[in-house]
Order: sequence, then structure tokens, then C-alpha cells
Amino acid sequence: MSLLGSQITARRSQMTLLQKVGQVNWGLIFLLTVLASVGFTALYSAGGGSFEPWAGRQMIRFAIGVVLMVGIAVVDLRIWYRFAYLFYGVALVLLIAVEVAGSIGMGAQRWLDLGVIQLQPSELMKISLVLVLARYFHGLTIEQIGRPHYLIWPTLLVLIPAALVAKQPDLGTAVLITATGGTLFFLAGVRLWKFGVIIAGVAAAIPIGWQFLHDYQKQRVYTFLDPESDPLGAGYHIIQSKIALGSGGLWGKGFMQGTQSQLQFLPEKQTDFIFTMFSEEMGFFGGVFLLGLYAVIMLYGTLIAMRSRSQFGRLMAMGIMTSFFIYAFINMAMVMGLLPVVGVPLPLVSYGGTAMMSLLIAFGLVINAYVHRDVIIGRRGHGEEV
Amino acid sequence: MKRENPRTKIFNRRAAMLVGGQIGLFGLLVGRMYFLQVIEAEKYKVLADENRINLRLLAPPRGRLLDRFGEPLATNQLNYRVVVVPEQTGSVAQTLDVIAHILPLSEGDRRRIMREVARKRRFLPITIKDNLTWEEVSAIAVNAHDLPGVSIESGSSRFYPNGPELAHVVGYVAPPSEADLTGDPLLELPDFRIGRNGVEKVYDLALRGKAGSSQIEVNAAGRPIRELARVEGEAGQDVVLTIDLHLQKMLAERLAQERSAAAVLLDVHTGEVLALVSSPSYDPNEFSKGISPSLWRSLLRDERHPLTNKAVSGQYAPGSTFKMMTALAALDAGVIAPETRVFCRGWVELGDNRFHCWKKGGHGAVDMVDSLKHSCDVYFYELARRLGIDRIAQMARRFGLGQTVGIDLPSERAGLIPTRDWKRATLGQPWAQGESLVAAIGQGFVLATPLQLAVMTARLVNGGYAVTPRLTRDKINGRQIVERGPETWPSIGVPPQHLALMLRGMHGVVNDPRGTAFRARITDPEFAMGGKTGTSQVRRITAEERRNGLRKPDQVPWRERDHALFVGYAPVDNPRYAVAVVVEHGGGGSTAAAPIARDILWEAQRRARERPEPLTRMAEKGTERAL
Repeated sequence: MSLLGSQITARRSQMTLLQKVGQVNWGLIFLLTVLASVGFTALYSAGGGSFEPWAGRQMIRFAIGVVLMVGIAVVDLRIWYRFAYLFYGVALVLLIAVEVAGSIGMGAQRWLDLGVIQLQPSELMKISLVLVLARYFHGLTIEQIGRPHYLIWPTLLVLIPAALVAKQPDLGTAVLITATGGTLFFLAGVRLWKFGVIIAGVAAAIPIGWQFLHDYQKQRVYTFLDPESDPLGAGYHIIQSKIALGSGGLWGKGFMQGTQSQLQFLPEKQTDFIFTMFSEEMGFFGGVFLLGLYAVIMLYGTLIAMRSRSQFGRLMAMGIMTSFFIYAFINMAMVMGLLPVVGVPLPLVSYGGTAMMSLLIAFGLVINAYVHRDVIIGRRGHGEEV
Repeated sequence: MKRENPRTKIFNRRAAMLVGGQIGLFGLLVGRMYFLQVIEAEKYKVLADENRINLRLLAPPRGRLLDRFGEPLATNQLNYRVVVVPEQTGSVAQTLDVIAHILPLSEGDRRRIMREVARKRRFLPITIKDNLTWEEVSAIAVNAHDLPGVSIESGSSRFYPNGPELAHVVGYVAPPSEADLTGDPLLELPDFRIGRNGVEKVYDLALRGKAGSSQIEVNAAGRPIRELARVEGEAGQDVVLTIDLHLQKMLAERLAQERSAAAVLLDVHTGEVLALVSSPSYDPNEFSKGISPSLWRSLLRDERHPLTNKAVSGQYAPGSTFKMMTALAALDAGVIAPETRVFCRGWVELGDNRFHCWKKGGHGAVDMVDSLKHSCDVYFYELARRLGIDRIAQMARRFGLGQTVGIDLPSERAGLIPTRDWKRATLGQPWAQGESLVAAIGQGFVLATPLQLAVMTARLVNGGYAVTPRLTRDKINGRQIVERGPETWPSIGVPPQHLALMLRGMHGVVNDPRGTAFRARITDPEFAMGGKTGTSQVRRITAEERRNGLRKPDQVPWRERDHALFVGYAPVDNPRYAVAVVVEHGGGGSTAAAPIARDILWEAQRRARERPEPLTRMAEKGTERAL
């Protein structure tokens, strides 16, 4: 490392706010804006050619969210490192609060009404978990990671919120939290055979866990396995979604011309099934374009993660990107009939304020990792400059 | 960065693996989309269309039935109903309150409406009241601004302007039964009506037309969004009947004066049925509205059988109207010469049985023409004795008796002309000669419908041609209607001089002062008619009754009185019309039946001058054709 180089990096760690804003990755923000715009277009169509009731509100949220995202991006990385456990603790308390005194919504306790806003603690937990695990693994050497007892604590960090969310019951989010946590274990360098053991263990536990599932959750699995068995009931969503997708064909039925969507055969077209609606109207090529957009964003995020010189920054950025991917994949696989209907929205495209905000906050952290790519944090957590 | 942390190396490797795996999974999604949107696209397109497109059938208007001059006999009438669409009205209960000021609404109506409101989707119209009068329709229209969501809908129902007078000819329509479903989608329409009786039934296919269809785009809740395509059906075709409404009505009115009667008026050359009445009748409009159970029961229970078309399915002993058959058979067989006289002393004896003539003292010596004129039974007993039953039967069959003559009406009956073989086959007994004597005067086993008697008369007076009766001006084959060309009938093979003898006899029956129907003659020589009376016993007269003297008809219960028959034709010089009249339990043919025949024959001839040009279906379309 040349002297000059270290001077540059030293300068970067003590950038002014303006310098940091200059370092914000506008390319990624552009891609996110394109993605969100696909969502606006689809919501405009879902509203029957109107900004009401969805597209307009979604655009305002996105605008607010982008400002929030930039704000988060320029906060010193070490602040996020330092407060990781605090955020996690707050999220966990809120999850428990939901469990204890949560208001009822959608038949499940997921929302906490704070008077002004309705907070979904599980959204907060997803981000906090990435932060807290990134911080924990940041502090471990590769040798320590190899020792099983160092993995007990992070496993608890994952399983406690996952269990709470599953109890809400929100099986989809619980799976997402577990998968995100697992990804961080993987990225931190936990040996692959250990994953093998865990997967085998989970596979063995499925028959036992099955008994703890709610009937409607079991029903969703049954319906997934054979949607035609209940064409007017639970299977209706999947059947109609496949009809909408398939009938879109290569080129689609045209903007605002999707019969399945416009005539209300497709349920939840503005939220969980927005990908179906988009692909019905824009066809195979439209759908592939959207998939491509997600792939490019993921590649971009991965490169950002790799560019970071702190393990915390790397794990945080990659953890968030993977969580983003899992969301997108589960949603799309679900509407295509490859996975059960689990109620996961399509990130940045589906209508929904909470999801939009938490996603943009998360991307704020990814950009943060880029802005602070040369900041090095000591193993004990003190900021170090090379 | 030379001393790169092993953690960094592991991270980079694993991040690359992860993103590679992610791209791979996206590839899987692309593959799935290719499968759904490209490979299976057609299948799903069909499913999507099935989802959104509702095929709605459009009922074509049913063809009308017209009389020979184009007078409507069966038409389609708009009926109006007031409906409410719940989602367009604030409160259905309030709306009903307002409507109750305009129309009488019962508590039951209200309950039914509220039940339907609760059950049906809110955008579907609910019928408040059906069959509105025009006054009610206008009252609703005037108050439209107070009645949001309320509108008038119209439907079509079959209307028979002449009601009972034509019921047995036109029949009626009714909702199709399970057995009627032949695959024509029209039949499944909720308010479709199929011809259930009469001409409506026989020519249903031509009258029905073909269903059109309308493709309606609907949303998931079933609400219609717009019409995508429309295929107009084919309206049902009008059918022109041979009936002359004027004569039909007159005949119906005439027969309505009797308790129970039937009559048929034919054109002897064409076989066209000008009037065909069975009385009493019923109102076919009751059927198209949906007949009430109590009315239905009372129609079924009536001993005069108003639902039965007695003109084609009532079977009566023809009595003396059958005597021409016996006479022609005798001439044909050469067993008697026309001028040969037979002495009638009032009865003949055969074995132990005595066969009486209707005239107690006898007619003295009578030849063939006299025997017809006076209707002397003994003369025909003598013929029967010489002929045997089979030769009589063979002659009768040539005139259309003993078999269906093939009129285009349902439930035509064949009557009965007995033979030796028939009796052996059905009763297992040998023929008795006495039975031939009874049959020779149209009693005993012999049965004929009024229609058959009219056909028989037509064939007697038209020069001996096997004319068959028909009810339509055009030839109708399924859905096809083609103009009927001039028809040539096969000869029945009876020599003209034999027929001329019959006509002389029948002329005498009416126009000779000693003829049995002299009092019913037509005095205008241009319109003069001929004919033959008949009185057929419903029950056998016992020897004791005969000794004690016959009871006067009004002393006998109605059901036991004789049937009165008359067959007639006019004009006598060049016959054009034939008529058969049966008055059930009417007493004597000369008093009950002949005057009816006289009136209708007179009117038919008078009318032929007044209105000479009937319609065909082609005329309906603009090209008139004189007969």
C-alpha cells in the first residue's frame, strides 16, 4: 500500500458531509428508481389507468424514501456498527410487544400501532439482524469461526426473532429471517458441512414442525402441491395467476389490457401478484426485463459489498442484497406456482408503505457501505485507518 | 491490500457463489416463464377467455301463425316488468314503499323481493312485478325520478288473439321439458317456450328460428363490462294456415251453442282445412302465461274434455253418414242395381235377432237413392247381407276411414273399420253376420273422427280423388318452408256414375221435402247443399225399451243421448266445400247437426265471393299469388 493511497483513504474516513454525498452511488439509485418506476406503471394500470389509489401514493413514498436512503448512506458506517445491538434490542422488544399487546390485523398480529404510524417490527428486525450478525462476525477471526461454540450466540440471534415472527404467525417472514441469517453465516466463512448438518436436521424436524403449523398454513402447502384441488378456494389465487401469466404470451396483452387483472380475476394484483399483472400485460419479454433489472441490481450490490474494506461493511451490504434477492425470488416463484403462496411482496414494485421504507433504508445501508468502502473498523470495533 | 485477510478471500469467493446461485435461480424463473408464457400460452389464453367471456344466447322472435288471409292467430306480445337494481337504489325497502303507491304490492311480494336482494349480487336486476298493464308502466315512467335503480324491462310472450276459438288448431307453447332437450341451445334459455300442442307443436322448428349469441365480457364478480361480439340469430318464420279465421270463429260460435261438439270444414279439391273446431275449448293464453293448477284440474275433470281436440281424436260411430260406403261397396261388387227396390217393413230378421229400421212402420219399397234420402236402415241391412263386412270395409278405407288421414296436428286418431281378420285378431272371436248389418249403418264397431268424415265427404264429391287434409298453405319440412305447387291427388278408383248416385241421394236428403234434412236446406239455389244425416246410438236400445216406446231425448240423461252427425257439401252442382259436424249426445243428426253444417256452408260460399284471394307465405314477403 503506497503512502499516497493511505492518504487518500485517510481522507475518506474523515469526509465532510458534502464529500460523502458526492460519493453516494447514484448508479444504484438510478437502477432502484427504474425498478420503482416499473412498479408505478403497474400500479397505474392496476388502478384502472389512474394514479389513484396506488401509483400516486407509492411515488410520494418512494421520493421520501430516497431522501431517507441518502441520509442513511452518509451516516458514518461506524455509527451503524456501534448501535447494531441497540437496534436489534429495540426490534426484539417491539416484536415481543406485538406478541403481547399487538393489534389485530389480517388475522395475525404483525402491526404495532404507535398512534402516528403503524410499525411492523419484523421489518425492523430484518435490517437489525443483518447489522448485528455483521458486527458479530466482524469481530471473529477465521479460526474462531471454525469453532462451533462461537456459533451458538449468532444462532440464537437468528432463531429468537424467527420464532417470534413465526408465532405471529408469519411463516414467510420467519423463513426469510432464517435464510438471511444463514446467508451471513455462509458469507462469514462457516464451513459448508455445517450447513449440511443443519439442513439435514431441519429436514428431519419438518414432520414434527408440521404439527405446529396453523391449519391455514397447512392448507397453503396442500394447495401449493395441488392447486386444482380447490379451484374456487385456496387454489384460486395460483390458478388465476398462472392463467394471467400464461395468457400474456410472448408480448403481453398490452398496457392496461390484461383481462385477468383488469377484470379482477387476479387477486391482490397491486401487492403480492403485481409481477403477474405486469407479465400479463407486458408478456414474457416484460417479465424477463424485470428479472434482468433485479439481476443487475444484485450484481451491482455484490460488487459494492466486495469493494468494502471492512468485514462489517461487506457482510452488511451482501446480507441486505441477499435478503432483497430472497424476497424477489420467493415472490416471483410464488406467483409462477413454484412456491406456496406465502404473502411476500415484490420488493420496490408491490404497493405498500412499510416494505418500501424498510427496503430503501436497507439500500441506504448498502450505499453507506459504498460511501465508506475504505473505512476500516478494528476487530474490537474501534475505527482504524490504514 | 497485499496481505489480504483470509476472511476477505472467503467472503469474495462465497459472495460470488451466492450471486452466481442467485442468477441461476433467476434463470429457473425465466425458464418457468418461458414454459407458462410461450409453451403453454395457448392453453392459458383459452382459460383466460373462458374466465372473462360469457356467451349469452339471444332468443329469436317466434314466427307468427296467420290465417289464410294474413289475420294473426298467434303473435308475440311484449310484456313489461318492473325491476330494481339494488346497488343503484339507496334502500330497496324505501323504493318498494314508493312503488307500493303506484302498484299493488302484497306482503308476499315484498318478502320475495327482499329475499332475492339478500341472495343475488347487487348489480343484478330483481323483478318487482311482472305482466304490468300499460297504465302501470306509464305510472312508473312518470315517477322515474323518485325511483332510482328502478326500470322497466320487456320480454316477449306468446299471445293468441282469438283465444279458445282456435285453441285446438294452434295449440299452445310451454317451457320445454327434459324430453324436449335436443341439443338446440335455445331450449335452455330460461324463458324459452316450445310448441306443446297443435300447429305450434307440429311446426315448432320452423316457428322457433335460430338462436343468436352475444359475447359479453364480464369481470370476476360476473358483472357485464361490454359486448365483444354479436351474432344475430334467425327469427322464426311465419306460418300461414289454411284456416279462414272468419269461418273458424263462426263455426266455433255455432258449436258453442251445443254442450259438446266438433266440426271440420274442408276445401274438397285442395284438402285445405278452412275451419276445424272442437267445443268446448280452452284459452291457450293461459298456458303461455303459465296455467294455474286449479284451472288445469278443472279442465281435466270436465266431462266434455275441453283439452281434447275432438275433431281429430274424437271417435264416433258414424251412423247413417256411413251408408254411402255400404252403397258404393254394393255397386262396386255388383250385388245390387241402383234401381232395384228393397222392401222395408220396419225390420228384418237374421237368425234369432230382429234388426230394426229407425222408422217404426218401415219405408216400403226403396231403391238406392231413396234409401239414402230417407236413410232406410233395412235397405242397407240387405246390402250387408249380400256383401259381407270385408267388402264394405275395403270401400270405407278408400275414403280415408279406419286410418289416420295425415293431418298436421298431433294426436290424430285412426277410427275403426272392422273386418273379419280384425275381429279375430283383437277379440279372438269369429265375425257374426249380424255385425255386418250393424256396421252397414255405421254402428257397432265402426268408428270415425269428424275429420275422417269430412275427408270421406270431400272424396265423395270431388270426383273421387284421395284428397288429404292439411292446415298450412306452404309445404313445411323441418325449418324449410317452400311454396306448395298445385297438387294432384290419386284417384280412389270409384266410377263417376256410382259417385253421381251418391250425390243424387245426398242432394235428396237435404232438398227433397221428404229428405231427412229438408228443414236444414239452403234455400238460395246457388248455394244449395247436399249431405247425409246420422244419428248414432251411444247405447244399445233394448227390446223392452222398443216395446215400451222410445223415450223422448230430453228424458234421457245427456251422456246416454244419441250423437247427432251430419256430413254435407256445397254447392251441389260443383262441390267445393265439405263439412262434417258431430254434436255429442245432440239427439238427431237432422235437428242438431245439419243446421250447423248449413250455416257454415252458406257462409263459406258467400265469403268466397267477397274475399277470393288467400295468402301464401310468399305473399307475406311481398309477392301475392291468387289461388
